[in-house]
Amino acid sequence: MTDTANTFIASKIECRNVDVFYADKQAIFDVSFNIPDRSVTALIGPSGCGKSTFLRCLNRMNDTIDIARVEGTIMMDGADINASAVDAVLLRSRVGMVFQKPNPFPKSIYDNVAYGARIHGLAATKPALDEIVETSLRRAGLWAEVKDRLTAPGTSLSGGQQQRLCIARAIAIGPEVILMDEPCSALDPIATAKIEELIDELRQRFCIVMVTHSMQQAARVSQRTAFFNEGRLIEIGDTETIFTNPHDQQTQDYITGRFG
Amino acid sequence: MTDLIPDTAPNSPFASETALKRLKKRHAAERRFKRYGQLAIALALAALLIVTISIATQASSALTRHEISFDLTLDRAIIAPQGAGETAEITSNISGFNTLIQTNLRETFPITQTDSIRRRELYSLVTRLAVLPMAQTVAKTPNLIGTRQTFTAALSDDLDLYLKGGLTDRRTITAGEAGRLSLTEDGTYTLTDAGVDAFPNLRAAIDQMRAETPSAIIRLGDTWYSLNALSGAAMQLTYLAGNAPRLGEQKNQPIKAVVHAQSEINRTITDRQIAWTLILQEQGRIDRRWNTSLIFNADSTYPELAGAAAAIIGSILTMVVTALFALPIGVLAAVYLEEFAPKNRLTAIIEVNINNLAAVPSIIFGLLGAAVFINVFGMPRSIPLVGGMVLALLVLPTIIIASRAALSSVPPSIRTAALGIGASKTQTVFHHVVPLAAPGILTGAIIAMARALGETAPLLLIGMVAFINQVPSHPSDEATVLPVLIYKWFSGAERAWEPMTAMVIILLLVFLVIMNLTAVILRRRFEKRW
Repeated sequence: MTDTANTFIASKIECRNVDVFYADKQAIFDVSFNIPDRSVTALIGPSGCGKSTFLRCLNRMNDTIDIARVEGTIMMDGADINASAVDAVLLRSRVGMVFQKPNPFPKSIYDNVAYGARIHGLAATKPALDEIVETSLRRAGLWAEVKDRLTAPGTSLSGGQQQRLCIARAIAIGPEVILMDEPCSALDPIATAKIEELIDELRQRFCIVMVTHSMQQAARVSQRTAFFNEGRLIEIGDTETIFTNPHDQQTQDYITGRFG
Repeated sequence: MTDLIPDTAPNSPFASETALKRLKKRHAAERRFKRYGQLAIALALAALLIVTISIATQASSALTRHEISFDLTLDRAIIAPQGAGETAEITSNISGFNTLIQTNLRETFPITQTDSIRRRELYSLVTRLAVLPMAQTVAKTPNLIGTRQTFTAALSDDLDLYLKGGLTDRRTITAGEAGRLSLTEDGTYTLTDAGVDAFPNLRAAIDQMRAETPSAIIRLGDTWYSLNALSGAAMQLTYLAGNAPRLGEQKNQPIKAVVHAQSEINRTITDRQIAWTLILQEQGRIDRRWNTSLIFNADSTYPELAGAAAAIIGSILTMVVTALFALPIGVLAAVYLEEFAPKNRLTAIIEVNINNLAAVPSIIFGLLGAAVFINVFGMPRSIPLVGGMVLALLVLPTIIIASRAALSSVPPSIRTAALGIGASKTQTVFHHVVPLAAPGILTGAIIAMARALGETAPLLLIGMVAFINQVPSHPSDEATVLPVLIYKWFSGAERAWEPMTAMVIILLLVFLVIMNLTAVILRRRFEKRW
């Protein structure tokens, strides 16, 4: 189905008729919708419904899987990200990603954040790099906790801190979009609360697309929610509408806990 | 645990008849399995212990050697006959120094000029080349010429072995008290027992040897004889060495005897040589010293002079060449296959072939090396460069397999993390994956190199078994390696090679242990956890 609601919000990403195949198996069927800038869009749905697969289309991470094939158009700021002229590596410097399990590099906290800036040549001098690291860690709400031990290994942090470090790492390269694949599923409730708070702050600057298993989380942090089932986009709309007054029976059943 | 079971209530589900039976059976099976494991480990440890002890006991006698000291006047006419006294001239003048030594020996043990067989017997106490260190010392400090100096030279290997207790079983006894010594018509001597009991000790000792051809040498005062026959209360003796026989009544002085399990013709040293050696030892002219030549000398045809230096340096040079070829090629091939290569039929075939190559017998690689490097490319034989290249081919599959295993054990989350922040594939691999896999790659490579260090067969085929009497200094100098030296020395005819072979085996084991320890330490030191 197509997205008709909220067309007045400026769209950052527009997806039209997206299909994804793993070898012969189709995982995503004809998905089309718009993702607005400076807001959080949550993708919900039962396990295996294709929401993570769809998320990975947005920064072309599916390219790294040999058997995966993406069809349809995904436009970011009006340009087709799947066009042959677009370099996936360059795209990923504009579309950051945070994964389900915190995956800091086994390097120092500083190097974790600085790595992206280094390879993209964002800082010419050491002070400039220091500044990027500090700003990113501040935005990720981690600066106060780690500023005295920037040389400690990133893996020495707690799970929640590691996930915020990964967020800092993603925003250090100055992306416009941040993709989050179930960023809190490996964290305890307190760490989750901190991350959610952080996401709420980050949406002032970034277009955030988040996959989540927790409907409460989607309700708490997102402005728009898309419900996926069996590879199809069933319904998309304002989060409030989806959770209080869904149009589709499947959505209704899912959010009331009848399946999934 | 089983003791607790009767305590539970009889109607408890934990105490039912069948459950108890099953439990007993399971416990028995677990105990049995544990026993098997312990037995296997005990067997392995016992084997290791036996091997180590047997090699170490063999090798211990090669740690030292006997040297004879000589007081020599360095006569210019003999050691520098041309008069110039140049270093090269003195060093190559082996016969000059031998003349000095032989003269000295003749002075110690007078021999009539005409008896050339006896002379040769005497001169072979010291092998010809044993004077080499002496010559080198003199060549270095020419102002020693004309002075009187004390030098040492290695005792011939068989006599050295004899003094260490090897070569032939022996027993030293007191044969009785001497009665009367008389000269017979054929030049031998007759010695009677002071009593009437006909040397019972000596007879018993000879019987106890349980040897087919026992023999004995007899010492009376400072004179040594060999025993020809025991007839009644008298023994027939031949004079060997020492003071001239004193005929007549011997005033009950004790007769010493050394009984040997083998007769003179059945061993490589004569009774007379043994007597001379024992006399020299009594004079304090034979010392037991650390056998440093085993480490610092190159190979020699004489065991007492031979050393493993050429093989040690050869092994090191070969390993360096192997590492230079095998490491970069193997690691890069593994990185390509694991990270970049598409997964298709071709790469599957390549993978199967790499695994097969790792199982190819090493001698095949030797044939390949001989055919390609030596015949086609015309490279010289016996050089560490070719040896290293052959061994590099041999260890390449192992290094590739080990490196691939290390690379694939790097968690995929690291790859996605790097790709997710816009690192290219190459950046991801070389900034993150390879550094994380490095300890594993290094460990695999070092263990593969340790295997190469112990390889003999392929090196035999490319001629690294040649006799090398100079320490190589360059990968294209002729050389040999430790395992080949073991093979060569072990097939040497002289008995003295045996302990020396054991010593080289220990040396090789030490090298292997050092390499494996390095692998363990590197792994501990650089392994990162995530």
